[in-house]
Amino acid sequence: MRRLPDYITDMRPQDILMPVPAGLCCKPGGFHIDPVRPVERAVITHGHSDHARPGHGAVLATQETLDMMRLRYGDNFARSTQAIAYGEQIKLGDVTVKFHPAGHVLGSAQIAVSCKDTCIVASGDYKDAADPTCAPFEVVPCDVFITEATFGLPVFRHGPAEDQIRKLLESVALFPERAHLVGAYSLGKTQRVIALIRAAGYDAPIYLHGAMEKITSYYQSRGVELGELRAVKGVKKADLAGTITLAPPSATSDIWTRRFPDPVTAFASGWMRVRARARQRGVELPLVISDHADWDGLTATIDATGAGEIWVTHGQEDALVHWCQTRGLMARPLDLVGYGDEDEGDAPVSEDAEA
Amino acid sequence: MNRFAELLDRLAYEPGRNNKLRLITRYFREIEDPDRGYALAALTGALSFKHAKAGLIRDLIAERTDPVLFALSYDYVGDLSETVALMWPKSSPLPPRSGGEGSGVGGSAASSEAAFSADTPPTPDPSPPRALRVEGGEKHAAQQTRKKSNKATPATLSVPSPLVGEGQGEGYSGRSVDGVAHHLHNNPPPPTLTEVVTTLRTLGKTELPKQLTRWLDELDETGRWALLKLVTGAMRIGVSARLAKTAAAELGDKDPHDIELMWPGLTAPYLDLFAWLEDRAEKPVNLDPAPFRPVMLAHAIEDDDFAHLDASAFIAEWKWDGIRVQAVSGRDEHGNVVARLYSRSGEDITKSFPDLLPSLHLPASLDGELLVLRDDRVQSFNVLQQRLNRKIVSPKLIKEYPIHLRSYDLLSEGDEDLRVLPFVERRTRLKAFIGKLNDSRIDLSPTIPFGSWDELAAARKDPASTGAGEDAEAVEGVMLKRRDAPYLPGRPKGQWWKWKHDPHLIDAVLMYAQRGHGKRSSYYSDYTFGVWTSGDDGEQLVPVGKAYFGFTDEELLQIDRFVRRNTTEKFGPVRHVVHEPDQGLVLEVAFEGLQRSPRHKSGVAMRFPRINRLRWDKPPREADRLETLERMLKDVAFSSEVATGSREENASK
Repeated sequence: MRRLPDYITDMRPQDILMPVPAGLCCKPGGFHIDPVRPVERAVITHGHSDHARPGHGAVLATQETLDMMRLRYGDNFARSTQAIAYGEQIKLGDVTVKFHPAGHVLGSAQIAVSCKDTCIVASGDYKDAADPTCAPFEVVPCDVFITEATFGLPVFRHGPAEDQIRKLLESVALFPERAHLVGAYSLGKTQRVIALIRAAGYDAPIYLHGAMEKITSYYQSRGVELGELRAVKGVKKADLAGTITLAPPSATSDIWTRRFPDPVTAFASGWMRVRARARQRGVELPLVISDHADWDGLTATIDATGAGEIWVTHGQEDALVHWCQTRGLMARPLDLVGYGDEDEGDAPVSEDAEA
Repeated sequence: MNRFAELLDRLAYEPGRNNKLRLITRYFREIEDPDRGYALAALTGALSFKHAKAGLIRDLIAERTDPVLFALSYDYVGDLSETVALMWPKSSPLPPRSGGEGSGVGGSAASSEAAFSADTPPTPDPSPPRALRVEGGEKHAAQQTRKKSNKATPATLSVPSPLVGEGQGEGYSGRSVDGVAHHLHNNPPPPTLTEVVTTLRTLGKTELPKQLTRWLDELDETGRWALLKLVTGAMRIGVSARLAKTAAAELGDKDPHDIELMWPGLTAPYLDLFAWLEDRAEKPVNLDPAPFRPVMLAHAIEDDDFAHLDASAFIAEWKWDGIRVQAVSGRDEHGNVVARLYSRSGEDITKSFPDLLPSLHLPASLDGELLVLRDDRVQSFNVLQQRLNRKIVSPKLIKEYPIHLRSYDLLSEGDEDLRVLPFVERRTRLKAFIGKLNDSRIDLSPTIPFGSWDELAAARKDPASTGAGEDAEAVEGVMLKRRDAPYLPGRPKGQWWKWKHDPHLIDAVLMYAQRGHGKRSSYYSDYTFGVWTSGDDGEQLVPVGKAYFGFTDEELLQIDRFVRRNTTEKFGPVRHVVHEPDQGLVLEVAFEGLQRSPRHKSGVAMRFPRINRLRWDKPPREADRLETLERMLKDVAFSSEVATGSREENASK
C-alpha cells in the first residue's frame, strides 16, 4: 500500500522543488540543488563538475564535496561555504534539508527536502553497489523520489565489479610485455578501480596520468588506502611493460599513449556493457564498472523508497518513466539540462594534453 | 561455457592478429577436452545448428519483457542477441541490495538551521514519524536483518572505507556480494560448451525453446551473449578458421599447414588433434580421399629483379583476375568419387560451387583460377563476385554465372604426387590431363611466348593482341614460373613471380580521417578521400574511397599531424579535415580497378585502394575529377547488380 501525498492539506511537491533553467529550485527554502548556472544559494550533491560548478554565492555540501570543489576551482569557488555531515539536518527557510550518503563518489549525498508533511529526496547521482572508497548508499523513504537515469535501460546490468577487475588482471598476466591503460573518470572511478585492484591482491605500483594525481591524493588524505601510486610522466617506455596506468578516458586514445609499449586500452565505465559503445571508442578491454545505479539498482531503489511519485532526471528517462507507470507510480521526466557531461559522455578532458 | 564466452568476448574487441592467437592458444592450453575441441569447431565454423533462428530468440524475449522496454533497448543496443543477453530477466527474484533508512546515521548527527554560515545553533530533529515511514520502516527492518548476515562476507572489506566506523555508515556489503552468494548457492551451474553443442545436435525443434531458456537462466550476460551467437551462427568476432587452426598449432609448436592438411579428416571435438599437439599421440592421418595441399605462392617482382633473372629459365602465364582454388577429387574406400574445392588457405568451399563438381570426375589435384565464363569469354571479377560467399546457390545463380576452372598446375594424378617434379614436367602432365578430362568447364591457362624481358613487358602491356584476346580485361598481369621449380608450399624465394599491371593512380583530396585500431589507435590512419565534381552548389568534393595503408610510418606521422591541426569538425572517432580548393592535403591514391556502386554517393567503388604518395606540393583544386574515374569504368556488365564484396582473397595473391 502506497499513500500518495494529500494535496489538500500539504503543499504540492512542485511547490517545494521545481525544475528551472538554473537547476532544481526550492522556492520555500531559497536555494537551488546542483545549479548549472551561478545562483545565490546552492546545495550540492557531489563533486563532479556537471553538478558542482563554481561561481555561486553560498554553497552547502559535505566537507568532501567542498574540498573537491576547492581542489578543482581554487579557494574562491564560492563566496561562502558550509559543510554538512551525513545525517545532519538544517532548516532553510520553510524547509528542512537533510543529507544522506548516495554511494556515488566520496562525499556524494542525496538531499532530503521536507516541508510540512511532504518529503522529497533529490538523489543526485547514486549507486547501490559496493564501493570501498565511499560511504554506502542509503534508502531514504520519501513521498517523491528524484532519480537519475544514466543507465535507465534494462540492458544496463553491471554485475560484480570484482569480475571485471579479474578480467583486467588476467590480461596483465597474459600480456606481460604490454602496458595496460585503463580509462577512468578522475573523480571517483579511478580511486574505486585502484581500490578494487588492491582488493584483488595486486600490490605492484599503479601509474597515474597527471590529470588524476591531485584528486587521488585527496582520497588518500581522507584515509582511502590505494597502495603505491606513481606518476607515469617521465617513466621510460620499457619500464611500463606489464604495468597498469589509469588515465582520463579521452587520453587513452590519443598521442599521450605513444609513451606506452603496445598498450591494451581498457575503459572502466557502465557504458562498456554495450558492445557498440566500446567498439566505437576503440576499447580493447571494456570493464563494466559503473558509479551509477544500473537498471536493477534504479528500479529496486525506487521500490524501496516507498515513494508514490518519481521524477526522472538526466539519462534514459523514457524507459524508467514507463517502468514506473507500469508499477502504478506517478512518474515524469524532469527536463533538466547540463547533467551527465563530466562523467559518462565523451569527457572533455583536453585531448592533446600532455599530462 | 563461461570460459568460452570470455574468450569470444575478448576476441571480439582485440584487433591484433598475434594477440588473438595468444588468447586462443591460452584457451586451448587451459581448457580441457572436449570443451576446447568444440571451441575450435565453433571458431572454424564447423558447427551449425539449424533450428536456432533469430525469430525464436525474439519470441523468447517477448514472453519475458515489456514490449516498450524491449523496443527502447533493442533500438539502443542495435543487436538482437546482445539485447536479449543483457535484458534476460534473472531466473529468481533479486536479493535485496541495500540497507534501510539511515542505519546508524541519525544518532550522532547534529542539526543546524537556516543560513549557510557555520555559527547557527542546533535544533532538534523536527521530522515526525509518518504512516509512510512506518510502513517503509518495516520493510527496511527486514532488509536490515539480511544485511547483517552479509556483513561477515569478506569480499569488499580488504580496503576499508574511510567513512566506515566513523558513525556515518554501517559496514555495507553491496549487492555484488549478494549477487555472488546468490550465484554460488542458488543457481544450477551454467552449462559447459560440450553440453551445449552435444545437446543441440540431438535436440528436436520443439524442445529447443525450453532448453535455450534453461541455459539463458543459468548463464551471465557474457555467457548468454556467447550462447546466442553460437546457436544462431553469427559469431562475427574477426577470427578466421585459419587463425583458429594456427592458434591450435601454436599449442604444440607445430606448423599450421600440417593441421590444414589433416583437417578434412578430423571431426569435433578433435581429441586426436589435441593429443598430437600435446605430444601424447602420433600425428593423425588424413584419410580424406580429397585432401587439401598447401599452395605455392609468388613474390611480387620489382624492376631491379629482372637484371638477375634469366628469361629462358621461366615460363610466363597470364595472371587471371579470379579466385585461386584447388580442385581435388579422389576415391573413398567404396570406390566413390569424392570431389572438393578449397580456397588458397584450405577452406572447403565446395558447397558454393556445386556446378563444378561433376567436372572433377578423374582423381587428381588441380591448382587454378575460378572464373565466370559466358560464351567462352572470361567475365570481370565484379561478375565473379556474385558467386562468392553464397550460402545458398540457386539454379538461377548457377545459370547466370556459370563457373569455370582455368588450371595452371597439377599437384597429383591418381595416387601419384607430382609436386616433386619440375614445373615444366608438371605442365606437360597437366596438358595431357586436361585433354583426357575433356570437360568444357575446365581448361588450361595458356602460356605467353617470349624471348626476352622486353618482349614479355610488351605482352603485359597489351594482353589483347598477344594471346589473351577478348579475355584481356580479366588479365591483371603476368605470372613467371621457373621451369625447374618443384611445387613448394608457401612463398619460396625466386621460384614464382607475379608481375601485376601498374595500378591506376589518381590525385584525391583528404576529406575525413578516423582513428585506427590496436597499435594505431592513437593515430588518424583511416582516410576518406574525394575528387571534384560539379554539384548543385558548384564545384564540390565527393568521397570516392577509403584507404588505410600504403604510407610509410613517417608519412603516417605527417598525415596524423596534418589531421590534428586541420580538423574542422569532430564526430566521435571521425574528424572532418579541411578540404577547400586552396587548403587541404592531396593524396595520390593507387588502386587496382573500379566498379560501379549504387551504394556510394559517387557511384564508383575502388578495388584495393592505398595511399601511394603524399602530394604536399599540389593544391586541392588541382586534384582529379569524378569524370576521370567514370571514363575508367567503361562497359562493366551487370553493373546494377554489382555488389562490393571483400577483395581479400585476391589482394595478396
